[in-house]
Amino acid sequence: MPESPDTIERDAERTDSDSVDRREFLRDLLGACSAAAPVLWWGTVSVPAAAAQGATAGYDPTEHRYGMGIDVRKCIGCARCVVACKTENDVPEEPHFFNTWIERYVIRRDHEVDVDSPNGGIDGFPPIAEPATVRRTFFVPKLCNHCDNPPCVQVCPVGATFITKDGVVLVDEGYCIGCRYCVQACPYGARYIHPEKHVAGKCTFCYHRLVDGLVPACVEVCPTGARIFGEVEERATPLARFMQFNDVQVLKGHLNTKPKAYYANLDGEVR
Amino acid sequence: MPQQVPRLAAVFAVAVIGLFVARSLLVPDTFGDLGHYRAAAIDTIVAHPKEYAGHQECTMCHRPIAEQRAASNHRGVRCEVCHGPAAAHVANPLEIKPAVPRERDLCVLCHAYSPSRPTGFPQIDSVTHNPRMPCAGCHEPHAPEPPVTPRECSACHGQIANQLAVSHHAELNCGTCHEAPKEHRDNPRAVRPTKPAERSFCGTCHAADARSSERIPRIDLRSHGQPYVCWQCHYPHYPEAR
Amino acid sequence: MQGYIYPNEFELQWSLLIVLYPYLTGLVAGAFILASLERVFNVKEVQPTYRLSLLTALAFLLVAPLPLLAHLGHPERSYEIFLTPNTNSAMAMFGFVYAWYLAVVLLLEVWFDYRKDMVLWARESRGVRRWIYYVLTLGATDISEKSLRFDDSAGRWITVIGIPSAFLLHGYVGFIFGSIKANPWWSSVLMPVVFLFSAMVSGIALVLVLYMLTTMFRWRKIDMACLDKLAQFLFYALVVDFSLEALDFIHRLYESEESIEILRQLIESRLFISLIVLQVVMGTVIPLIALALVSPGLKKGGFLRTPPELRQIIYLVAAVFIQIGIFSIRWNVVIGGQLFSKSLRGLTVYKVELLGIEGLAMTIGLLLLPFVILWVLVKLLPPWSDGPEPDTPPASG
Repeated sequence: MPESPDTIERDAERTDSDSVDRREFLRDLLGACSAAAPVLWWGTVSVPAAAAQGATAGYDPTEHRYGMGIDVRKCIGCARCVVACKTENDVPEEPHFFNTWIERYVIRRDHEVDVDSPNGGIDGFPPIAEPATVRRTFFVPKLCNHCDNPPCVQVCPVGATFITKDGVVLVDEGYCIGCRYCVQACPYGARYIHPEKHVAGKCTFCYHRLVDGLVPACVEVCPTGARIFGEVEERATPLARFMQFNDVQVLKGHLNTKPKAYYANLDGEVR
Repeated sequence: MPQQVPRLAAVFAVAVIGLFVARSLLVPDTFGDLGHYRAAAIDTIVAHPKEYAGHQECTMCHRPIAEQRAASNHRGVRCEVCHGPAAAHVANPLEIKPAVPRERDLCVLCHAYSPSRPTGFPQIDSVTHNPRMPCAGCHEPHAPEPPVTPRECSACHGQIANQLAVSHHAELNCGTCHEAPKEHRDNPRAVRPTKPAERSFCGTCHAADARSSERIPRIDLRSHGQPYVCWQCHYPHYPEAR
Repeated sequence: MQGYIYPNEFELQWSLLIVLYPYLTGLVAGAFILASLERVFNVKEVQPTYRLSLLTALAFLLVAPLPLLAHLGHPERSYEIFLTPNTNSAMAMFGFVYAWYLAVVLLLEVWFDYRKDMVLWARESRGVRRWIYYVLTLGATDISEKSLRFDDSAGRWITVIGIPSAFLLHGYVGFIFGSIKANPWWSSVLMPVVFLFSAMVSGIALVLVLYMLTTMFRWRKIDMACLDKLAQFLFYALVVDFSLEALDFIHRLYESEESIEILRQLIESRLFISLIVLQVVMGTVIPLIALALVSPGLKKGGFLRTPPELRQIIYLVAAVFIQIGIFSIRWNVVIGGQLFSKSLRGLTVYKVELLGIEGLAMTIGLLLLPFVILWVLVKLLPPWSDGPEPDTPPASG
């Protein structure tokens, strides 16, 4: 999106509604001066774009659009990705904070479904109880879906979480007020409140690696290639090939979050 | 105009002006540059230090090993999977050395048998598989191969072997139903074992007039389950009948 | 814990304090709507509660944002919600709705209503009190008949604006929950409406209790016509509230979506006491039956003829039961919505901590604080004229 015309337009709008609003206010103090006008104006803050780099030099976010492919049939549940993610991103070591985690599904002959993820999979998975009743069983890696229509960004009251031009959902740790609304709004359980920073934490697709041309840490260490990273649109990347030759699905598609974590060989019981 | 109006107006004006002042002072500089957020936040996120260097970095110095691995069964297993995060090593190659794990417990993270793992993925039972021997003694981690051709079918077909062992068919050998050519052991995907093709094969034990133990369930081959071969409905490695 | 919950769901995000927030704003909206009955809809019987309702609404509104503030991870950054509100966020509208309701509706209405009295009190009092009243009048000391007529019409118009504003205030709180599509227990278009009517129920019940207590402690006679009228409106609001909740419940049951099984488990195990026992039986059915039987507003003299003294006790008990029920509604929404996993495969538990910033002690403190503020407000701006005769109706504004 071109920055400057947008800004100019918004500036014009601002002075306009501003003066009208104040005049009305004084003239008709008791009257019902519209609540909507100041609200609409107030929301679109525009500070003239001066030094808006937004990323490292030489990296143009508008040229990219990232997503992740996950081949469920390749995941062996070793949880190297979970460990690597915690190491790379300073995710708290304790068991209940994960940017990514591995779930084990055990679907029984009577359609009962048992799911577990002990310590996100890091500690391994205990033997399956009553193995004789198992119909099928498999591992599913989970992470932030980096939705194109992210409910977490929608609900953030202050603009502390946002989607970048290259399609990654990030948290501004210096601005987050810790209201936890985004945690409630995420259908995937991908967010948590960092126990020391008291702000929302989540997967960043290792954004600090992307801008240097590296893949996310979880992708780097996946020994079976169950995680495939790359461009969602147009450009030829492993993800593009993955999406060409697999039937892909997204999680909770009915919520219209437009996720960019694409699953191949996904079982219908996974949610 | 009643006296109340200008007084109240003054109070509201002060409040509104106060808000405007606060707003111009407190809204961060880069807020709104790229969207409804602080553009500078991206710079902070991007400045986060890396722990994992990426296999490209490793290849620059360790080319022979990288090439060996790239041609092996471990071609997808990048260096830092086993050796751990190495960004510090890349920055300071002489002082900081990455881990060189030799224990069994690293390998079994991936290769211990689990029914949830995809079939065909090489898995062993760590308890019975050459106990206490380091894996690297037999398998070169940068180019792992089985040192000898597997003798038992269960070496590769662990899941089937495990289920079969607790089923009513536990006493049957693989060879009872399958013929596995010797080449299958060397080239498992190219040469496949056989499966019973005739209903009469299962009928040897399960047909109404079969000469077998009386405890074995019987069916009438002519009326039961036409036109399918038995294993199209029943799973012979774990038949459902109790 | 039972079944599977996502690992990040182990920690419950919104605690007891967030139960308190919709409870408090509900009381605000309800008390204000009660006040508007007298002012706009000319229900003259409830006149004795008019000023008390306004002050109650004000006292609770001042406390309402405190639980929100206390539960923030970074309360020192809370100002951001006013400076860079995300217009897509239901929660960001808090700043506007709250400021509008406090400054434009409630404070203005109280000011116009009390201005004449404040001018008179400023003339009568001495020392600090004199100055306080003078500052509160903002120096607008003209109490000519023309000026007072302006006060009255301004107050009426503000009330007219105030009714939709009160709807907005609490409907919006319901929307915060109702708009979360990730959570099937919350996600319902009825949520704002249910919140609204439960707000009216709780507000009327609270003012009823406060009116009875304050009148008794001032050794005045309770205006039975007023009390009967309050009880009558309480009954109506309760009927609508209960119908809406039943509709929501039946609708869910009939649609029987993916989430129905986990919600069934939720209600049968975790929420049985707070939903079935406290909210439905104690907070709704018992008061409904009690009010229906004794209220003279429904049938002349009531279905059961009761002496006023007995009726007062029944009203009081019913109103207290209703408060417990409404608090349970807030609990069942806020906590209940977090007790099951969004994987719809498991339930978690919530243990209220006793001390600590989000604990029980803090909650009780914040629950008592509005009454302290109300006490100060009543001392400063007496809602009744304490004439020598016990039966004197309070001075009208």
